[in-house]
This record gives sequence, C-alpha cells and structure tokens, in this order.
Amino acid sequence: MSNIMPAPFARSLYYNMARIRQFENRVVTLVDDNEIAGVCHEYSGQEAVAVGICGALTTSDIVTSTHRGHGHTLAKGGDVGRMFAELLARTGGYNKGRGGSMHIADVGIGIFGANGIVGAGAPIACGAAHKFKAARENRVAVSFFGDGAINQGVLHEAMNLAAIWDLPVIFVCENNQYAISTPLKEVTILDPYVRAQSYGMPGVCVDGMDVEAVYHAALTATERARTGKGPTFIECQTYRYFGHYTGERHMKMNYRSQEELDRWKLRDPIKIWAARMMESGLCAQEDIEAIDAEVNIEIDRGVEFARSSPPPNPAEALDCMYAVPYPNTPAWGVEP
Amino acid sequence: MRQLRFLQAMNEAYHQAMGADESVMIIGEDIRGGIRGETKGLHGAFGDLRVLDTPISEAAFTGFATGAALAGLRPIVQFQVPSLIYVAFDQLVNQAAKMRLMLGGQANLPITYTLMVSGSRGGNAGQHSDNPYPYLLHAGFKVVCPSNAYDAKGLMIQAIREDDPVVFIASAMSLPQKGPVPEEIYAVPFGCGDVKREGSDVTVIAIGHLVPEALAVAERLAQEKNISVEVWDPRSLLPLDREGLLKSVKKTGRVVIYDDTNRTCGFAAELSAIIGELAFSSLKAPIKRVTRADVPMPFNLALEAAVLPKPQQLEDAILAVRSYAHV
Repeated sequence: MSNIMPAPFARSLYYNMARIRQFENRVVTLVDDNEIAGVCHEYSGQEAVAVGICGALTTSDIVTSTHRGHGHTLAKGGDVGRMFAELLARTGGYNKGRGGSMHIADVGIGIFGANGIVGAGAPIACGAAHKFKAARENRVAVSFFGDGAINQGVLHEAMNLAAIWDLPVIFVCENNQYAISTPLKEVTILDPYVRAQSYGMPGVCVDGMDVEAVYHAALTATERARTGKGPTFIECQTYRYFGHYTGERHMKMNYRSQEELDRWKLRDPIKIWAARMMESGLCAQEDIEAIDAEVNIEIDRGVEFARSSPPPNPAEALDCMYAVPYPNTPAWGVEP
Repeated sequence: MRQLRFLQAMNEAYHQAMGADESVMIIGEDIRGGIRGETKGLHGAFGDLRVLDTPISEAAFTGFATGAALAGLRPIVQFQVPSLIYVAFDQLVNQAAKMRLMLGGQANLPITYTLMVSGSRGGNAGQHSDNPYPYLLHAGFKVVCPSNAYDAKGLMIQAIREDDPVVFIASAMSLPQKGPVPEEIYAVPFGCGDVKREGSDVTVIAIGHLVPEALAVAERLAQEKNISVEVWDPRSLLPLDREGLLKSVKKTGRVVIYDDTNRTCGFAAELSAIIGELAFSSLKAPIKRVTRADVPMPFNLALEAAVLPKPQQLEDAILAVRSYAHV
C-alpha cells in the first residue's frame, strides 16, 4: 500500500507527526515550569489522526478543532512559534494571548475555532461547508471531535443537517476510548461509526494509530465531499498517552491500567510509520533522524520566539470583542 | 409617506438587504412558509441556497450560522419564538458571542438573530412569552429593540450590515403597528437613542412595544394634569446611547424606566445603575422602575396582566417622581 505514496509526502506525514509529539512534550515541560498557565490537553498518541486527515486537505479546506486541538492546528500547517506564543499568552500568539490552549486557532489556514465545549464545532463546520457548496468552491470542512461528543445532541443535529443538504463535511471521531475518565463502552452501546448509518451517510472505522489508513479514509471522504455527494463519518481508534490534561499524571488516577497504556504504545503511530517507510524503501534511518533533529530545532526556535514575544497590554484587555466597538461597548468593570 | 406595518418593514428590510448583498442568507424553521409575513417572498426571490428551512435543531442552525459567517457569509438566524434561544444557548453564548475575542480578532461574525413575537401576546403562558434580551446583553450581544416600523427597517438594515453578532427583538405587540417607512434602503445607526416625545418634567425611558404605551400615557398626562413627559427610546440597548440618555435625565431630573423584562437583573436595573452612577447630582427624585414581575408568565389572562408592566403603573410612577420632594 505504501508503495503508491510518493516519498516526499510519506516523509511529510512523519515530519508532521514528529512535530506534534515534540511540541506536546515541550508543552508538558513548560506547564511543569509554570511558563504556561491554565490547562493543556496533550494530543500525544493521536498524531496519526490529525496528520492523516489533514494530509488529504488543502490550505483552503477548514477544520473545527477541539479542546485537545494542538495537533489539528500543527497538522494543518500551523506555525510552532505562534502556537507556543499563544500558550505563553503573548501578543505573538495566534489569538494574541486571548485564546490559550483550548482556543488556539489560525483562521488563515482554516482553523475555524478550537472548542472547549464538546461537540460544539460540528454545526460550525456545517455552516462553512454550506458556503463552500453554495459558492461552488471545491472546499471541504472537517469537524474533529472525541468519543465523548458522540452522545452530545448538537453533533447529531449537525450530522443530520450535513446529510439532508449533502454538505461537504467530514465528521472525524477521535475515539481515544475515554471521556476524561469515563470509558466509552460504559456510556454507549454501539460503536460511534455505526450511528452514521442513521443519517444516511457512510460511516467507517479505521486504525487511528496508522497514519496511512487514516489518510486513505480521508481521501475517500474528501473525494466524496468534493464531488457533491455529501458527508462521511470516520471513526479513528486511538489512544492518548497523557491524561485528560497535563496535571492528571500527578493525580494517581487509576481509570486506565499501565498495561493498557503499554499495549497501545507498542503500536505508536510515529514508530509504526517510520518502520513502514523504511521497509518500503521510502527513506532510511538517517532520514528519520534528520527529520527528528530538524523538528527539535524548530521546537527550540518556537519556544524562543514565544518567550521573546511581548505580553498583551492590560489596557487592551477589551480589544477584539467587537469588529465595531462603540463608546462604553464593551464596558470596563469600573467607570473610566 | 407610505405607511407599513412593523412586520412589513421587516420583510422589506430582508428583501432589500438580500438584494443588495448576495452574501446575506437566512436560516431557521418555517422561513419559506413565511406564515406571519416577515419572510414572505424571500424563497422565491433568493432560492434554496440563501433561504434555508431547517429541521427542529435550534442549536445546530445557530452554530451553522457561526460557521457560515466565518466562511464569509452574513447569515440571518430567525427564531420563531424567543425562548427557543435557550435550546441554542451554547452556540449563542459560548460560541458566537465569545468567538471573536477568543480568536484574538482573527475573524468577524456578521450574524443577525431575529427573535420573533418577543414578549407576551395574551395567553401564551410560560414558554412563549419571554423577552430574553437581558440574557443576551449579558452575553455581550449587540441588541436592538425597535418600537416602530421606521426604526424596525432601519435597525434591521444596520444589524445585517454590522460586522458583529446582533440580536433584533421583534416585539409581538409591535408587529401589527403601522407607521411611515421610506421605500429606499436606509440604516438607523446603533447607539443613537431617540426622543420620541419632548418634555421637561419627567423622563420616561421606554423599551420596544412599551414606547407607544408610554407616549399615550404622556399625552394623557399633558392634557389632564399639565405634566410634561419626555419619552426616550434607546432603540439599541447595546450599544447604549449614554449621552442621549443622560441629556434627557439631566434636563428633567426625574426618571421612570418602563421595561418588560424581569425586575431582578432586567434591563431597567442596568439603566437605573448607569443613571445613579453618572447623573446622581441631577436627580430630584429616586429612579422608579416599572417592569415585569419575577415569575414565568402564568396562563390566566388576569394573572398575566398582574405580571406585566402596565400603563396605570407607569402613570402612578410618573406622578410619584413628579411630586417627590426631599424632606
């Protein structure tokens, strides 16, 4: 299967996954060192999903991201420096320090919001897809969400809208098995992808640790969307290496066993893909090491950029609320 | 000038705005059918892709508009009853209202939300009688509440042109009211209140459908008691024309606020606080509020009347602030 993939593209998949992994490893350090405030939800372990899906997208396609969204923006081509700057709450960040980890987004490369509310991005993706369809633009919208969203009403409403209007939407369920600590199997009878059938759209389940499998599923779905045939639901079976958020590893939570974690790590998406590329003659060990080193430098530079970016001015705390502000609108907490 | 009903003025605004800008679309339940008339003819004129009838999925079509706006359209979202916004509250409050700031200003959200038949209509009980604008103001939406057909058309045009989310309150009691409306397209700017009647003794700040009621009370008091009441209509609640408000308050020094939202944290409470903070030294009497009571609307008509603000209460309040003197 790999033989049909050109070597530069195969390597770019590796590069993008390595970038997410190293980015998140650095995020953990920065959180531990109190350089990042608030809460981060690391994407580590799920890299093949974002990279496989976004591999089938162009810059003009859009995605709606989630609270675990660093991977989506990076896979879509986000700049590491501007992402770190946002996490460090600096003006150089994508959201000028107004969004942070849960809302990090580069609208310019088609990230239509990262969302702290589970499932909330799905109708937003549908609305964008309607515009693409109405304007006869050959673009698609992807809505990423976790298994936790599968029982959220608005997701189902959105799937129905996409289906009745043949919208160019791809619903990507990143099934990492747990909604915080609640196992999917305890709260859901059928597998997520089965539900797509109720809305009259194809639903497929792929190995979310296999970037190639995810990419091929995404290609089929984008092809369908771009030819006016409507939405597709892709469930990606995957696993998150860290807890729900950074701090969880200090909390002695026991909803997942070490054995389970180890078992998933044996199928690490980055290692699997590196091995397959080498087996297929798409690259050599030195190439992998060179990419890792390149990413390492990119991450270092990104953190440097973020640290050198100035923090926002508190006098501008109300900026960005409106495109058209008026006197006292928005209002400060005391009369000026 | 030609007379149109409030509802017809809305319809004309929709047609003219959609005719002038092809990025304007409208979405909601039973839009094409246009049962009441405000969306009449839109589907025939602008087609399937710009006039969308949805399933009963308020949260989804509200979020849909957010996505469409991010992609470059200017959606109008019509809620056929105001209390349907509660079903879509996450998409309104957590998404549309917060998105621009959360994105650091990367994108605009030019969305107009029309709340049809707002307020009480007589016997519609607990879930079809709300005037939910305080919730929306609190969430940071720009909100307009026109009191006549002229303002309805002009504020709707401005709402659709505005590059931010705007809520348009279409009060049930205002919809059939007739008034002069120019045929050409025009906008009433936000943040510009309107002195609907000049007066010198007492300022009545009235909102939406209560403006005509306040004008009738003012007229009666002028004739029967020789009291000169100024009626001030904010027209847009956010942004609020503070300058116009304070000008009237400082002129009369006596204020009654007439608003059909709950007493606790209702819009009258906010107005009252602004006046107290910024015009205390001009006040000759305590501010009085005539508002809706703090309960869901009971079904029985006599109970409904007991809960709603009434012209008699307004008159009593005007007389009380008029005769108030420090001892």
